Amino acid sequence: MPDVSSPVSNGATATDDFVRVVKATKRFGPTTVFENLDLVVGQGKVCCIIGPSGAGKSTLLRCMNALERLSAGRIYVGGDLIGYRQRGDRLYELTDRQAALQRSRIGMVFQRFNLFPHMTVLENISEAPIRVLHKDRAEVLEQSRTLLARVGLSDKERAYPGHLSGGQQQRVAIARALALEPRLMLFDEPTSALDPELCGEVLDVMKQLAHHGITMIVVTHEMGFAREVADEVVFMDGGAIVEQGPPTAILEHPAEERTAKFLSSVFGRAP
Amino acid sequence: MHRLRRLVTRVPVRSAPAEPDEWAIKAFPVPRPARWVATVVVGVLIAMLVHGLVTNGTFGWGAVGRYFFTPLVLSGVRLTVILTVVSMAAGIVIGVLVAVMRMSPNPLMSNASRLYIWFFRGTPLLVQLIFWYNIGALYPKISVGIPFGPSFASFSANHVLTSLVAALIGLSLNEGAYMAEIIRAGIMAVDSGQIEAARAVGMHHGLLLRRVVLPQAMRVVIPPTGNQVITMLKTTSLCSVLAIAELLYSVELIYARNFETIPLLVVASLWYLFMTSVLSVGQFYLERHFGKGQSTLMRLSMARR
Repeated sequence: MPDVSSPVSNGATATDDFVRVVKATKRFGPTTVFENLDLVVGQGKVCCIIGPSGAGKSTLLRCMNALERLSAGRIYVGGDLIGYRQRGDRLYELTDRQAALQRSRIGMVFQRFNLFPHMTVLENISEAPIRVLHKDRAEVLEQSRTLLARVGLSDKERAYPGHLSGGQQQRVAIARALALEPRLMLFDEPTSALDPELCGEVLDVMKQLAHHGITMIVVTHEMGFAREVADEVVFMDGGAIVEQGPPTAILEHPAEERTAKFLSSVFGRAP
Repeated sequence: MHRLRRLVTRVPVRSAPAEPDEWAIKAFPVPRPARWVATVVVGVLIAMLVHGLVTNGTFGWGAVGRYFFTPLVLSGVRLTVILTVVSMAAGIVIGVLVAVMRMSPNPLMSNASRLYIWFFRGTPLLVQLIFWYNIGALYPKISVGIPFGPSFASFSANHVLTSLVAALIGLSLNEGAYMAEIIRAGIMAVDSGQIEAARAVGMHHGLLLRRVVLPQAMRVVIPPTGNQVITMLKTTSLCSVLAIAELLYSVELIYARNFETIPLLVVASLWYLFMTSVLSVGQFYLERHFGKGQSTLMRLSMARR
């Protein structure tokens, strides 16, 4: 990028600031969801965002692939500004198609799975690579079957989502996101809508992904997962990042009182 | 009480019911005299109806049979089908446009759409049809050109707007208003999570509508649209006032000459019944097609309860 007058120089490809959230603010009308957030996630790292509901975790995640628009600030993923194109010190909104293409490189897994109910499992996974990326159909189907095998659902390719358990649906949703070969995976409370005995199978798939070195940002209430897999844990409350650091530091020896209070409410007692 | 407990504990021990089972339920049903009275009344009414159909010579069943397949009736049936198909197709296209406009963030668009629906649902179709028939009185010339600027060509309204065109315009514009509301309801019934998921996998707006929103909206849209088609088929009979030889006007032409009014109205009614029955069967198969993946979901969730 020729320009240096912007508040932050973009075009960064250094792996330690693969995802960069700079002075991000989001307001819905008069209410402020979060304000002046800064966050950096390195390439191949797993970042878990924890905190009470209403802290702005999900909204922040949704801003990262432009499902929501920031009120102020910037978000960069792999050096690309999300939602806009920058020329000099001017921002131009991306067109619908440009924004869509940008989103296709960021995978997202939702709390309520949001599989397409009128398509089979295999169609759910292969739809976007075929229609959005215009890849060869046979190739996509083969790759989709490989992904299904990776999430342990090879025998379900012809099933409709309504025939699957919640845990199976969420694993299909993960495969659907992976089919686009994303460079970043966003998980928005992926196990919160699941019965406790079904969380494990989804978390196992996510752990496997983390070991494969995919950059992941996970909003979660699964402290066990955060402790085991996260490189960094971020605690958010009231629209601000209260503290962040390695999981052992945050989860076991929180420096802030608010963090300790939240953790004790999650674990039912002081950890 | 004591006896009862002893019996209950004995039940699982007892094997094949060799003796008459004292636990079998042989209760007397609640007497329902009203049901018997109603059955008798309805039975008598049906008998009277059938008796009348058979014995009343004015029905003229012979004439019904004679006129059922006459060329004039058949061409009336054909025109009724054409009017239904064309105005339904145009109505659906108008409905999609008006529904999308209605959901537009642009207030001019959404209010224009609201005005359209308000006007065409708020005035009787018969009045609209006669209005279009007489549009030549209001605008004698129709010009093609730049608005408020020069015109390239102009036609006489009476020449272009034949009664058939007037009927098609009237039926289509009216149907568009109803279809708009049906389609809007269908689109709104699609879970917002579906739209988010489609956007998240990189679908642009058009692809998202075509592949995710509309197929799911169809499930909600088809049953009321089927009703609309059936209603439209019968509504085309209003066109008889514009002297269009659809089914009703065709039989009117015949009985104006031979005065066999009742048999010919029976002919028309039987044709209408036949066509609506065919449409109902078609609707069933369409619903089943667009319900794939969903109806089973509903069945499963019911079974789990």
